[in-house]
Amino acid sequence: MTLDTAPAPAATPTATAAPRKHLPRPGRLGLHAFLMTVSLAFLAPLLLAVYASLRPYDETSEHGYFSLPKKLSFDYYQQAFSDSDMTKYFVNTLIIAVPGVLLALFFASFVAFAVARLRMRGSVLLLMLFTAGNLLPQQVIVTPLYVLFNRIPLPYWMSDSMTMFDSYWAVVSVQIGFQIGFCVFVLANFMRTLPQEILEAAIVDGASVWTQYWRITLPLCRPALAALGTLQFTWMYNDFLWALVFISDGDKLPITSALNNLRGQFFTDYNLLAAGSVIVALPTLLVFLLLQRHFIAGLTLGSTKG
Amino acid sequence: MPLLRSPGGQRPDRPPRPCGSGGTHSPEPKAGTPKDTGGRTKASVSRRAARRGPRRFTRRDVAVLSVLLGIPVLLDVAIVWGPTLASVALSFTSWDGIGDISWVGTKNYETLFTSYPQFWPAARHNLLWLAFLGLVATPFGLLLAVLIDKGVRFSRFYQSTLYMPVVLSLAVVGFIAQLVFSRDQGALNAILGDTESPTDWLGDPDLNLWMILLAAAWRHTGYVMILYLAGLKAVDSSLKEAAAIDGASETQTFFRVVFPTLRPVNVIVGVITVIEALRAFDIVYAVNKGRNGLELLSVLVTDNIIGEASRIGFGSAIAVVLLLVSMGFVVTYLVQEIRGEKNR
Repeated sequence: MTLDTAPAPAATPTATAAPRKHLPRPGRLGLHAFLMTVSLAFLAPLLLAVYASLRPYDETSEHGYFSLPKKLSFDYYQQAFSDSDMTKYFVNTLIIAVPGVLLALFFASFVAFAVARLRMRGSVLLLMLFTAGNLLPQQVIVTPLYVLFNRIPLPYWMSDSMTMFDSYWAVVSVQIGFQIGFCVFVLANFMRTLPQEILEAAIVDGASVWTQYWRITLPLCRPALAALGTLQFTWMYNDFLWALVFISDGDKLPITSALNNLRGQFFTDYNLLAAGSVIVALPTLLVFLLLQRHFIAGLTLGSTKG
Repeated sequence: MPLLRSPGGQRPDRPPRPCGSGGTHSPEPKAGTPKDTGGRTKASVSRRAARRGPRRFTRRDVAVLSVLLGIPVLLDVAIVWGPTLASVALSFTSWDGIGDISWVGTKNYETLFTSYPQFWPAARHNLLWLAFLGLVATPFGLLLAVLIDKGVRFSRFYQSTLYMPVVLSLAVVGFIAQLVFSRDQGALNAILGDTESPTDWLGDPDLNLWMILLAAAWRHTGYVMILYLAGLKAVDSSLKEAAAIDGASETQTFFRVVFPTLRPVNVIVGVITVIEALRAFDIVYAVNKGRNGLELLSVLVTDNIIGEASRIGFGSAIAVVLLLVSMGFVVTYLVQEIRGEKNR
């Protein structure tokens, strides 16, 4: 699976707006019309969510979301933060995602280093073990893990539920265990594109495996790590299932799962829900817009290998 | 360490990369002195020399390797592979999570296929999901990638906008879908202007799945587009020029010349499509917890283990069905990967 002409992956895939060849025909106008229509159609639901979140419920329930506004305000955002304590859930998400991303990248980069750079027996097998693991449906592993976590006792200082179930340990370890496969896959592909000479020179100088990994290979992987980190953060942030299954205490839920709390028992104020959705979506959208290059590089590193 | 590769290991080095510096590495000795040892063949000697002598790893190296490979492998086995096997085993029991585990053979599967009314609709919905993503969303993503790759103006804008939904959590996509498709206030009904008998897009069990599929495709299309866009940018432009000189039309060039070179991307996109379709859960759960026309296998698994009646054995049987379907695709993919690995 090698595209020999692939450019160094992290460097380019997105940033080329360079027009390669100009269509001389008026077909170009049609092309723009088509792309513009699709783009706007893709953008519309997001804009609608923002719009709905700014309007009071009485107004939209009478006229629908698709009507001219009489009153626009940020009341719902205030309500989402004050009534349903979104800040707390944001912190919960960070408690899960930050260690999750860092540890997944650390372990995965070492495995990738061993697989791609040290010529060891069984490295293909190791790579398969991790890659295939990431492709299994989550529901296959959810049941035994649920039982397992319920049976692993943890001291009180680690988990106030006294078991691994209903603690961040469960969610973080599942996130790492599950995502490590993807990271290994991507990083191994990236490391193969690095020149072997650098490593060989280090070996001649008597560098240990750890030095070869930490001091020599890892610094060269910075673009890949940045890309992957961005991507993984978004994925862990967006995760819904793990927390839903492994956490029963509503106060420990991460932000995505907590969104459900904005839904009332008998009555759901969809404008409030829209505000909640925008709040939840905002960090990932910002990450995407600011780090777009890294983000897309992370995805494409896995598919077009150098 | 069983993982240490012997000198005879078959790791043909990759062909030289076009982008310069790293072009020339090969198993032949460069540094160090090639020692000539008696009966050995030349090749094996030079390989060994390239492999920094007979003692590759110090004791400290072995310790580092064992710990830093051991932890992720253990984690992977404990979190992914162990539970997968456990799921398979539990699917043959009638366990409720608390009492004794008793073996019931294939009874769970019989119940599942014959007297569990939600199963077949859920399986059908999953297949429909797969078909819709595979036959509508994925080709659409490819089309958009091809159009953007023509190098039109504003391509950055198009690319970002189309990709934007991908960063949203599926749960958020589910909530946004409710704003668009809600019966009384939704944007769709407002646009259609049907106030007499508004369609309940998400409440009607015959319709709601299609609306959810649209929402899922909204997210899937951008993902596919980005992957193909990267693949297309890597296609050697001289191929296209050659085809053009030979008088091939643009369509012909694409299908006969460009598309075949995209095979690696096709494989990845195929796997992603299958996995997304089988994993689908968050959207329907956010909309109505996967009831009333939105049943999916993943929802049934979750219901059976965290519902009031925790039927672990039965839930596992559903999960195994899901596993078997995805395995078919994953194995195909892995075979491709291993083949690619050998060619490196």
